Amino acid sequence: MKKSVFLGALTVAGLAAGVAGAATLDDVKARGALNCGVTTGLVGFAAPDANGNWDGFDVGVCRAVAAAVLGDPMAVNFVPTTGQTRFTALASGEIDLLARNTTWTFSRDVDLKFEFVGINYYDGQGFMVPKSLGVSSAKELDGATVCIQTGTTTELNLADFFRVNNISYEPVPIETNAEAQQQYLAGACDVYTTDASGLAATRASFENPGDHVVLPEIISKEPLGPLVRHGDPEWGDIARWTLNALIAAEELGITSANIEELSAGTNNPEINRILGTEGELGAMLGLDAEWAKRAIMAGGNYGELFEKTIGENTPIGLARGLNAQWTDGGLLYTPPFR
Amino acid sequence: MTTLTDPPKESFRLSQLIYDTRYRSLTIQVVAMFLLVLALSWLVSNTIQNLAALGKDFDFGFLTNVAGYDINQRLIEYDSTSTHGRAALVGILNTLLVAFLGCILATVIGVIAGVLRLSKNWIIARLMTVYVEGFRNVPLLLWIIVIFAVMTESTPSPRDFREGGSASMMLFDSIAVSNRGVYVPAPIWAEGSAIVVAVFLLSLVGIFLFRRFARARQEATGQILPVGWVALGLFFGPALIAFFLMGRPISLEYPELGGFNFTGGIQLRNSLIALWLALSLYTGAFIAENVRGGILAVSKGQTEAAFALGLRPNRTMSLVILPQALRVIIPPLISQYLNLTKNSSLAIAVGYMDVRSTLGGITINQTGRELEGMLLLGLFYLITSLVISGVMNIYNNSVKLKER
Repeated sequence: MKKSVFLGALTVAGLAAGVAGAATLDDVKARGALNCGVTTGLVGFAAPDANGNWDGFDVGVCRAVAAAVLGDPMAVNFVPTTGQTRFTALASGEIDLLARNTTWTFSRDVDLKFEFVGINYYDGQGFMVPKSLGVSSAKELDGATVCIQTGTTTELNLADFFRVNNISYEPVPIETNAEAQQQYLAGACDVYTTDASGLAATRASFENPGDHVVLPEIISKEPLGPLVRHGDPEWGDIARWTLNALIAAEELGITSANIEELSAGTNNPEINRILGTEGELGAMLGLDAEWAKRAIMAGGNYGELFEKTIGENTPIGLARGLNAQWTDGGLLYTPPFR
Repeated sequence: MTTLTDPPKESFRLSQLIYDTRYRSLTIQVVAMFLLVLALSWLVSNTIQNLAALGKDFDFGFLTNVAGYDINQRLIEYDSTSTHGRAALVGILNTLLVAFLGCILATVIGVIAGVLRLSKNWIIARLMTVYVEGFRNVPLLLWIIVIFAVMTESTPSPRDFREGGSASMMLFDSIAVSNRGVYVPAPIWAEGSAIVVAVFLLSLVGIFLFRRFARARQEATGQILPVGWVALGLFFGPALIAFFLMGRPISLEYPELGGFNFTGGIQLRNSLIALWLALSLYTGAFIAENVRGGILAVSKGQTEAAFALGLRPNRTMSLVILPQALRVIIPPLISQYLNLTKNSSLAIAVGYMDVRSTLGGITINQTGRELEGMLLLGLFYLITSLVISGVMNIYNNSVKLKER
């Protein structure tokens, strides 16, 4: 009898622990801030500005989710993570959401037990070399020393690329983008390889960006997106549909300029559903009706966020390319809000 | 009315467990043990429960999966199609390499600095004080990064060695110091080189035996044989003769600039050198203090007695002071060796691929096996430390004061 009581108590305790661990939304609300994992600093994607405020494309996702859930885009604790520490930080619950240009792969999704909530940047791995080397193709890099961030997919792609092309190289593993930059500029490595967007962002912060070229080869698919832990589908839904709301807003022409006007009611029912004047979408997520409106107002729609942080008018100067809306020949295609 | 009664019967009451000194210590031990087991089982069950909540299992099978990443410094065959287990092994060897080199250099630096810190020469003694305090009181990680940064920023890159470049190789074009490492000539072992090596090893044995013979003779007759010259002759003579007799089977491969980097020769990567130097200088500062303490522990009368016998200061130090100081120096020296070995896990700061970077870094990151990886890593460092202290304890027993 006593034994069964003890076992019963254990089971209840275990269940309680499981439930407590699962409800990330409640944890975030109780804390009053979203713990969001970002890079240790990659200009354009996530980097603190002169005043210490984090800014960038990935940061925009964090702020949108915080705005949707907590009503305040500034209620985010940014946790800088390296390529090696990011997954442990997410799995252990130190962060609620990881928005750190992380590539969506099978093993990360299935084996590492994470839930990718979408793709916010379609990327591919490239190589950057100093112009003075006179290299025009990655296949000419036989024997080169390559700087590479450890714990990334680029590390594996690099090994595959050189093996398939039967050329040799010397990897120099480094932990953060800043270290890579220092090593590359000091000439300790001939080549720096990472996602093409990361190369562009890194090059933009050089003193003489024109002295460096990004080689034409893109050797991999790198769909980058935010991710959450397995086991809390409700929280995953919130992150997924916040991202989708940003993308849909651009498609439907909702901008931070006209959002107030549109939320008075329009004759497009999908806009009305997103902005909460029609239907119960917010309640289905466990949020209020204006969640998406706040998310969009946090940093603008996807297109606005892109142009403001990494677009062609910024020093990073990335073209929309694959990241254009499907209506413009890109890959961005959000499921309908219905 | 009898006053005589039977002695009261020994009866055991529960309260005796606490109030009776015969049982108290036992009670405390049993309770402490019980609490310890409870805490441990709570830890284990908590881990199992949380792993289950994450949907993860506990499995070392990942060690046989393909690793998929490359490692620059490998002492055994390895490429990106090898397994995670092999990658861990490459990392283990790299850790052991830098720990071994570090322990040797740290000992040399530590003994020299410790002795010199007691020098009567004011400048030398102060310089050593600056060295010891400077390295002892600044975190090791900073020294590793500083040394690495100096090496990459202040040395020329390989392309400066080209025609018309600003840098050139040293020692008859055999050594190149670049910002990617130091390239030195590598030996090429042709047929017959095994005999040369065997002859060399035999002459080492010969030196050892001759030294023993010379010592025994000195103790018996007081005559001193020229050990130094004979050892020098034995060291080079037979091996050189064998080398020429076999038709020079061992040749050197010089590093040459080809493509992006130097090819040929042996590359001592900057990451290895920086880590090695930083670990040695840092630990050397601690060893210097141990050595100084050990020497000061030998009474001054010993020095005076040696001087009175006419021994020169050098011989006094090596024959009288150091042997007695060793028994004080060795036990803390063991801890310094263990510290150095464990501190080598800071290697990732400069991209040195030790076991912490391969098994504890990339492998964990690619497979998501944090718990298994960290347990293996802890086990490796534990075993390594136990082996080091075991070996050093044997040595300590051989030098400790022999009570006769």
